[in-house]
Amino acid sequence: MLLAITVNISRVVIVGAGQAGAQAVFSLRQWGFEGSVTLVGEEAVLPYERPPLSKDFLKGALDESLLFFKTADWYQAHTVELLLDVVAAGIDRERKAVVLGDGRELFYDALILATGSRPRPLPLAGADLPGVFELRSLADTKRLREALQPGRRAVIVGAGYIGLEVAAASRALGVEVMVLEAMNRVLARVVGPVVSEFFEYEHRAHGVELRMGARLEALEGDGALSAVQLEGGERLSADLAVIGIGILPNQELAAQCGLDCEDGVVVDRDARSSDPCVFAIGDCAKRPLIHFGRSGRLESVHNAIEQGKLAAAAILGRVRPAEDVPWFWSNQYDLKLQIAGLSLGHDRIVVRGNPANRRFAAFYLREGALLAVDAVGSPMEFMGARQLIARGAHPDPDALADPNIAMKQILDAAIKPHSS
Amino acid sequence: MPKITFIDYTGEEKTVEAVCGESVMQTARRLDVPGIDADCGGNCACATCHVFVDAAWMPIVGGRGETEESMLAFAPGVTPASRLCCQINVTDELDGLRVTTPESQF
Repeated sequence: MLLAITVNISRVVIVGAGQAGAQAVFSLRQWGFEGSVTLVGEEAVLPYERPPLSKDFLKGALDESLLFFKTADWYQAHTVELLLDVVAAGIDRERKAVVLGDGRELFYDALILATGSRPRPLPLAGADLPGVFELRSLADTKRLREALQPGRRAVIVGAGYIGLEVAAASRALGVEVMVLEAMNRVLARVVGPVVSEFFEYEHRAHGVELRMGARLEALEGDGALSAVQLEGGERLSADLAVIGIGILPNQELAAQCGLDCEDGVVVDRDARSSDPCVFAIGDCAKRPLIHFGRSGRLESVHNAIEQGKLAAAAILGRVRPAEDVPWFWSNQYDLKLQIAGLSLGHDRIVVRGNPANRRFAAFYLREGALLAVDAVGSPMEFMGARQLIARGAHPDPDALADPNIAMKQILDAAIKPHSS
Repeated sequence: MPKITFIDYTGEEKTVEAVCGESVMQTARRLDVPGIDADCGGNCACATCHVFVDAAWMPIVGGRGETEESMLAFAPGVTPASRLCCQINVTDELDGLRVTTPESQF
């Protein structure tokens, strides 16, 4: 049954032109698919990479032209039909058609949903005032950059990756920054306490005012934002606010046509949804996490690229590409944070190096097995941990804690066959 | 404009025109050279733009940076000629550069 589907595919439609959708297009053509490829994107611009939006591009340190994966000529030369500034309104799975906003229909043999995610809205009065920004698209970023003028006062709501990267870029631009975080530490969802504490110190040292356990009550202004009000009544003046409180998967198209969804479109290792002709990739997909014995939704470039390849390979009947340990990175000021693995469920944290030196790593273990690492200025620890996690290795915790013992040595010791 | 030749693991060559100021990774991505994934977009964060620099070119290209050295320490198939090409800036001196892409990036 699956084989028959694979060999009869001549029309692939991809909905969503972000990193994942673009990767699926590139892999299909790179691997010799000769059928039609149609890429539908809501934004009016060619597919581009998002990570620099909250980093170098926001600071004005990266030219816009370098964001785009390929030129328009590339898509033409590879006969990829680009439908930009076009919304997909529905999916008719019986007739295998995507219905566009203007009523047009695109028929498919295989459909890839790469619909991404959207910023979680702040459900408060005043959240729609001019001067309140979110950051997801290139257009969002350009609007925000315009507002980040020296001496202005920005309130950033949420101390996750987006909030802290925007804080760092804003400081570089001479903007006064206050960050409000509802939890009791920054990056609470993605790193351990020792790493949170380190980034709190760094941001304060760069002049950021950080408020933990702070909850917003309302955003205020007459025609444009002028202040935010906290629960408890305190009012802070603000020229602009940036909301970075997480994202929601764009799973509505999938849910409306009856595909299994549960915090994302549920897919198998090949990125295939509950309909064998429909795939879901990137931020919108809930996938098996083979190194962790569970499934989950990943919000990362690594995941977008890998699932783009997985879907393309499955459609073409190719051998499944490798599924890597998830990895993430963030740049703030001159610091590089690299994360490998997922620390959920750890029972032990081992710190290697001294945060005061701005180079250290936190390893997360469960019953001796390495689950994850947060590495600050420590690429060797990051790269070594990726391999350890991939192998389900049990590295010696005392060795991990000792920066004088090389990662290479720890790796060799941990993956040596014991007796066979 | 400096010309760069990319050689894939099967020996197939592709010569392209680079632009001074971009990285060799950006040249490859812009001109659709397969075998250079550059997942992180040039941040020296992922080690997926690994290339082997032709021996004659190694002194001209120069050595690895500190972060690059660490990233490469655990990358598959590393040799003394290994570089992460997001860290190689294109200059006029590199006209004629030859690099090989590893099989693991296909």
